[in-house]
Amino acid sequence: MMSHEPEPSPTTCGAPLLQRGFDPYRDNAGTLVGIAGEDFAVIGSDLRLSLGFSIFSRDQSKLFKLTDRAVLGSSGCWADCVSLNKFLEIRLKTYGFEHNQPMSTKAIAQCCSTMLYSRRFFPYFAWNILAGIDEDGKGAIYSYDPVGNFERVPYQAAGNSGPQVLPFLDSIVGKKNQSNPDKAPITKERAINLIKDIFISAAERDITVGDGTHIIVITKDGLEEIRLDLRKD
Amino acid sequence: MSLCPDLPRPGFSFDNCKRNAALESRGYKSKGFVKTGTTIVGVCYKDGVVLGADSRATGGNIVADKFCDKLHKMSNKIFCAGAGTASDCDKVTEMIRGQIALLELNSGRDVRVASVVRIIKQYLYRYQGHIGCALIIGGYDATGCHLHSIAPHGSSMELPYLTMGSGSLAATAVLESRWKPDLDLEATKKLVRDATAAGILNDLGSGSSVNMVVLTKKGNETFYPYDIVCAKGVRSGLYDFPSGTTKVLRTKVIPYEIEKVEVRGASEEDEPMDI
Amino acid sequence: MSILAYNGGIVIAMKGDGCVAIATDRRLGVEGRTVSIDFERVFEMGPRLFVGLPGLATDTITVSQKLRFDMNLYELQENRQMTPKTFATLLSGTLYEKRFGPYFIEPVVAGMDPKTNEPYVACMDLIGSTTETVDFVVSGTAEEEAYGMCETLWRPGMKPDELFECISQCVLNAMDRDAISGWGVKVHVMEKDKVTTRYLKTRMD
Repeated sequence: MMSHEPEPSPTTCGAPLLQRGFDPYRDNAGTLVGIAGEDFAVIGSDLRLSLGFSIFSRDQSKLFKLTDRAVLGSSGCWADCVSLNKFLEIRLKTYGFEHNQPMSTKAIAQCCSTMLYSRRFFPYFAWNILAGIDEDGKGAIYSYDPVGNFERVPYQAAGNSGPQVLPFLDSIVGKKNQSNPDKAPITKERAINLIKDIFISAAERDITVGDGTHIIVITKDGLEEIRLDLRKD
Repeated sequence: MSLCPDLPRPGFSFDNCKRNAALESRGYKSKGFVKTGTTIVGVCYKDGVVLGADSRATGGNIVADKFCDKLHKMSNKIFCAGAGTASDCDKVTEMIRGQIALLELNSGRDVRVASVVRIIKQYLYRYQGHIGCALIIGGYDATGCHLHSIAPHGSSMELPYLTMGSGSLAATAVLESRWKPDLDLEATKKLVRDATAAGILNDLGSGSSVNMVVLTKKGNETFYPYDIVCAKGVRSGLYDFPSGTTKVLRTKVIPYEIEKVEVRGASEEDEPMDI
Repeated sequence: MSILAYNGGIVIAMKGDGCVAIATDRRLGVEGRTVSIDFERVFEMGPRLFVGLPGLATDTITVSQKLRFDMNLYELQENRQMTPKTFATLLSGTLYEKRFGPYFIEPVVAGMDPKTNEPYVACMDLIGSTTETVDFVVSGTAEEEAYGMCETLWRPGMKPDELFECISQCVLNAMDRDAISGWGVKVHVMEKDKVTTRYLKTRMD
């Protein structure tokens, strides 16, 4: 009689094949908000690094200063964010040595996308927003998905509180759903205050947002940093 | 078919179970329930018991309630702090409170903490842990002050100081380092406040303020809140929209003319009940 | 996918100064496909008492009819109007009865006390854990979006007109970022002596 037992696999020497789950990603949360203006861009992140219900750090900015006209915000799996930014830094340095000038914001945006897509089938679990000043001196925000799809937008929110923050930006910055909106471009002070208020609101309802916020304002004169305390619970 | 509908049967109804299981087998999962995701603390001191709780309820990563009440009154001198599924904690304590009120009326005595614990743990054991509430019960009765904890499966223990919920690790750290037998009231209140605040600050599932109740032979004294650990943030901007911003397609108005509302209370003394 | 996101929909309720408002979208979908754009998920349960039942549409209808039945019995027996708080307790009990096989709805109750005219809003999870707040409650598939909007736009002491603009902007912008909510909005604003129902112009996509 024919045996229906499967042939023992040569690699396991007859022992039953064990499959281990492989889950290398951790969600360390984090929220990013970026607003572009006429001659400036503002980007903000919260300062809390967490996993599940525990807090890892109360003072970890998710903003990476790439050049004096571009800042990248990364949130998601923190190990991936750090790794991505390390490699990006190397790219920027090499570019600087080869071309004798820093990379333009537009080129950084493309470079980020290429680097993210290079890991298409084992992606960095990182949600990115790039803020900077473009070649014409205008403010720019680039928004990414984890595998490198990107788009230049006037404003963007990403990370854990993205869904909470985005409709508010639509309303106040995008002037959506209003009959006679005031279409004047947003001022720098207004954008900064808006981001502060957004983080205060997000800290009320999102348990992963809190402790503080780090805001960087990018103008042609360079980077200006602002820090603000948020609730600690 | 009867002329008047039957009285509904008491207890849980399992009418939807088959449908829900069928939906789940097709990949349509249910949503999680609101959890208290809590820090609750109980400490005995020389004249009684102090219970403390934070005031945050969470649904996933969202704060569902910033000022929820997790301290439930069971009788005049017995309170119960609940952690776990919010609905279970509310309903179980509400139902047992009714039973205890009847017990007190029937026996003409103050109920004992041990009786409350026994009633709750037998109820929870019957449901084999499917009713997800973890409770701390504290109170003062004829045999002195007591502090018990009950796990969702119905096991219980009596200890001089206790903490439960997702913030219990942070709270335990404070209690273990500072608790001493026979503390006075102020020191105990401070200890309970600090233990709960440790949970509030270090556990993402706990937040907002510390609620507290002190139970002694004189009765209960509640502090809602005892301390606001993290207050609501103050925004600099005002985001008002001028009237007419939203485009309206059509409007319908239902006016109510309230003539006079008069309700006769059943307890009015001048109107005795007819016999 | 969650069964609560099968049909889509959102309800927001907000308190003002001597007034209370409840707003809802009007879409009924089967996952991504829109089936109806005049679906009712907010029900008038009495004068100045509304309940919103976002979630699985079949349960929205079942529970609304069950509540109507229980309320009619109450009013016949007691010969008085049900207060919003009593109504919320009734609803909470109805949901908790099905603790181990729940209705897939997360209700919102908005109303004013028949005698004191005190505004009342509350929301529940699908097994009846009640949250009564002093500001606003939201429920439905665009819950996160709506929380973000309300948390920033709401302020204490809004008059009926201000409350209407506030809740309308909240629901409009929240549902525009949710693919399975939208297609028209209905807003009820309750005051001491009247209820104003407005239909809003929205994106239809």
